[in-house]
Amino acid sequence: MPFTRKIVRVSKVTKTFQLGKVEVQALKGVDLEIAAGNYISIMGPSGSGKSTLFNMIGGLDKPTSGKVFIDEVDIAQLDAYELAWLRCRKIGYIFQTFNIIQVMTALENVTLPMIFAGMSNDAAVEKGIQLLKLVGLGDRFQHKPFELSGGQQQRVAVARALANDPAIILADEPTGNLDLTTGAEIITLLKRLSQERQVTVISATHDIKMLNVSDQVVWIRDGRIEKIEDREELSISVGQVDIKG
Amino acid sequence: MKQNYIHVPSVKTPQIDRQVVLPFLKSLEISFKNLQVRFFRSLITTMSLVLAVSFLSFVNVSTDVANSLLNTHDISIRQALIRSGYDVSPEDTSVGSSPKQRWIVILSLLVCVVGIVNAQLMAVTERFREIGTMKCLGALDRFILRLFLIEAGMQGLAGASIGAFAGGFFSLLNAFLSFGPIAIATVAWKEIALSVFLAIVIGCSLSLLGVLYPAILAAKMQPVEAMRAEY
Ligand SMILES: Nc1ncnc2c1ncn2[C@@H]1O[C@H](COP(=O)(O)OP(=O)(O)OP(=O)(O)O)[C@@H](O)[C@H]1O
Ligand SMILES: [Mg+2]
Repeated sequence: MPFTRKIVRVSKVTKTFQLGKVEVQALKGVDLEIAAGNYISIMGPSGSGKSTLFNMIGGLDKPTSGKVFIDEVDIAQLDAYELAWLRCRKIGYIFQTFNIIQVMTALENVTLPMIFAGMSNDAAVEKGIQLLKLVGLGDRFQHKPFELSGGQQQRVAVARALANDPAIILADEPTGNLDLTTGAEIITLLKRLSQERQVTVISATHDIKMLNVSDQVVWIRDGRIEKIEDREELSISVGQVDIKG
Repeated sequence: MKQNYIHVPSVKTPQIDRQVVLPFLKSLEISFKNLQVRFFRSLITTMSLVLAVSFLSFVNVSTDVANSLLNTHDISIRQALIRSGYDVSPEDTSVGSSPKQRWIVILSLLVCVVGIVNAQLMAVTERFREIGTMKCLGALDRFILRLFLIEAGMQGLAGASIGAFAGGFFSLLNAFLSFGPIAIATVAWKEIALSVFLAIVIGCSLSLLGVLYPAILAAKMQPVEAMRAEY
């Protein structure tokens, strides 16, 4: 990539949780720069701080110290409206537990962020159907979430994350609750979308399958970044991981 | 300062300001569907309101009926009123509800509000994840607040209307059974309509009052907290 814009910049971020009298330091000073259009995987053992970092980048939680920049805008400086706008238009979220709104149909789930963004109902429905077709659920948009399988629900979540053409998709263990094949399908889908739409995908995961499609892998351990590997360096460590696993 | 966001190629994106919106009609639609889907839960929330409001309406309409009966200036009717428990001394030209009745009504309304707060707090807990998800999709605090208020308003309107009409109906039935057809013949319908209307308004207000604290709690919730909530 000749010119790379830094879409996400995390600078000296720490996060401390207060659990009664005990302090848990989930992040102990994380510096990270993510280039636009890349597919990034954040890897690390359970409890290493992946979700915490994910919440910081997504503007869902505030760091104890340090700064997070999205497109060079310090998100701590945003007021409630701008933050909502950021969550609505700039970032699409995908969760391990899908978090499809249970009382709405697949289509309503996908159109909701577009309604928030000010799109008319007709335009939102039209685009919602397109997006559901894109993720392979063209015939299921009137279904309620409980009528869909886990993989299908996660597809709805992907379509919903894409609703307002975000610059970033944040996925916290998107395949964590899926079987191997379905997980692989979701990963392929995310990869395809990142290539076709130049969306930056940032995905926290335990899933080794993720490594094959990642442009960059950030290894995190005990609240610190252990190493950052580009695609070229990857094959070696994947080999190692495979043997260990 | 803030830089221009670079536009990502898209299927179709109309020009939009930097704001998030939820049109009122859409909130109505979402709230209505929510009530539909959680019909039984809303029914339980509304039930205590129906009972309390029907009691209020019953008491008020009964007073109206007694007053119209009193205005007939018929001695035997006056006797009948006294027999059925109204405090009418010879010089009285109107009857009010007794203090004891008033206390019971106020108490039942209080209990009803507490019941609504309780039920709505549970509903909010049940919906933590949904609220958090909406916030991740860009919902503002006041969208959440508005959804809860609209829902409570609709529940209140439905519950209070049913309660008020039921209370009024049973009060008339009761009067008919104890005083005979004259009770219906002398009825001042305007007064009764007013009593029923008042009961509906009070019921709606109580429903909104009861949801206020739970709704503010829900609206103020940070998306992470909501997403983390396990149940
Ligand atoms: N709300 C919280 N209160 C207290 N401690 C927390 C909270 N959230 C996270 N932690 C702690 O912070 C650390 C990092 O947690 P985090 O959820 O980021 O891990 P993770 O890497 O996402 O793990 P997993 O792979 O299991 O999802 C853990 O030790 C956890 O106990
Ligand atoms: Mg996690």
